Amino acid sequence: MEGQIETRSYPGARPPDRAGRVDSSGIGLAVNEWGQPDAPMLALVHGGFDFSRTFDVFAPMLADAGWRVVAWDARGHGDSDRARYYSWAANVRDHLAAITTLADGPIPIIGHSKGGGEILDMLDGHPSVARAFVNLDGLPSLFSAPDVNDRERRRMRRADLTATLDRSARRHELRRRPDTIDGLASRRAPMNPRLPREWLEYLVTVGARRDADGWRWKIDPFLHLGGFGPWRSSWSMEHLAALDLPFLGVLSGVTDDPMGWKSRAQDVIPYLPPGGRLEFLDEVGHFLHVEQPRMIADMVLEFLEPYR
Amino acid sequence: MSRRTETVVSGGLRLALHTLAGGEGRPLLILHGLGERSPDARPAWTDGWPGPVLALDFTGHGESEVPVGGGYMPESLMADVDVVLTTKGPCTVVGRGLGAWVALLVTGARPELVHGAVLADGSGIAGGGPQPPSPYVQVLPVGDGTTPDPYALLELSRDVRPPDYALDFVRFAIEGSPLESPIVVSARNRPDWVAAVAAEIDVLDLPLTEAIALFATL
Repeated sequence: MEGQIETRSYPGARPPDRAGRVDSSGIGLAVNEWGQPDAPMLALVHGGFDFSRTFDVFAPMLADAGWRVVAWDARGHGDSDRARYYSWAANVRDHLAAITTLADGPIPIIGHSKGGGEILDMLDGHPSVARAFVNLDGLPSLFSAPDVNDRERRRMRRADLTATLDRSARRHELRRRPDTIDGLASRRAPMNPRLPREWLEYLVTVGARRDADGWRWKIDPFLHLGGFGPWRSSWSMEHLAALDLPFLGVLSGVTDDPMGWKSRAQDVIPYLPPGGRLEFLDEVGHFLHVEQPRMIADMVLEFLEPYR
Repeated sequence: MSRRTETVVSGGLRLALHTLAGGEGRPLLILHGLGERSPDARPAWTDGWPGPVLALDFTGHGESEVPVGGGYMPESLMADVDVVLTTKGPCTVVGRGLGAWVALLVTGARPELVHGAVLADGSGIAGGGPQPPSPYVQVLPVGDGTTPDPYALLELSRDVRPPDYALDFVRFAIEGSPLESPIVVSARNRPDWVAAVAAEIDVLDLPLTEAIALFATL
């Protein structure tokens, strides 16, 4: 294949219309945009181990409905800079930096998974940056959230501590393992068992880098699922109750999706802000906007229409 | 002796490790408080320690390097201490304030390398408390590398320290340490996590100099 560009296509996937960067205290964040530059802006915030190009189907649907859709890669993800430190608080701050740099005033914000949880926290401190908030399966309950690094554990295991310290000591040696497009897609499949194979292969071509010895995910190899730290789902849910803006939450009801947050409607309803709306989708997995992009886009567009 | 400084590398960042006193045997490692730096000379309360006395500047503090973009967590500072333990071998650790919290964490994570930990008063001992403090998200301008890093001051004064989380580390320390009581609380300020640790049956409660003297004999 030397000298040839390997590409994959996926039905409805469209690369961004524009790309740029914003700065967050010296960390460069890669920004992608779809839609007309003078259209009303909304932001999409991806989850853990994802990147902004995972919106390549969903974002164009919103853009085609008349929105300027902006999304950025979290630090260490996609084409954004790698950092010495990764934390929930740093991600929250990066989101604020991106939004206040890109937008002139309050905008609708849509967050998926960990991105939704982080935006929930950000809005409790800076509610004025948003006109409306849509959270796609990023509302933590007592169940675990697998892509949250600062992970809640009832009984932490010492093995987690030593493994993290060992990884830190070997940090300069860590490399993502090179593979073929097919190989990387196969390795991601256990995290995304409900998503089509051709989508996973497409993701490799927009989320991995082609080196001489094969494709590598761009994500910082220091990042890994799990981790440790004092984090409680109730701390996030208290932010939900504190919201004072239009809110739509969409929960996946699929309980065996490995990346799913598995929150149930009854876990969330007690914390809904006044006027908040919750949709519970029994048959759609954690990656709602990938699995059912048209349905989720229509739901979001209908909700956001008054907030253009 | 005058302070001697060497560089250790943690995750690609250069950290300053100071030798405040020479000698043979197990080192005593001092971990400073939030916003502080290592002392210039051996503190009087270490006079009872017969071996070397070391002091580490945490990432973003003292003469250590400042990372770009913040993101500090006390758990990350554990890696700073771990590098020293790996380089110098088992140490007795004395932590002041923030350093006390990090000392507890690393004693739980590496009980075979921490031959006793003393949790002492100092800046930043409470952190953000047992529950998240009021929301405060602040984007700071790019720093010029001077210490203490404003992000360290911001983030390490707001991290949550639940008592039950602290007790996990006490449990790991006691299970993995060759010492019967590897943790001594000397701090007189007792935020919730310190009070919970001090109340554990296998944790000792001693003044700082007595705690140093105790571990010097073990």
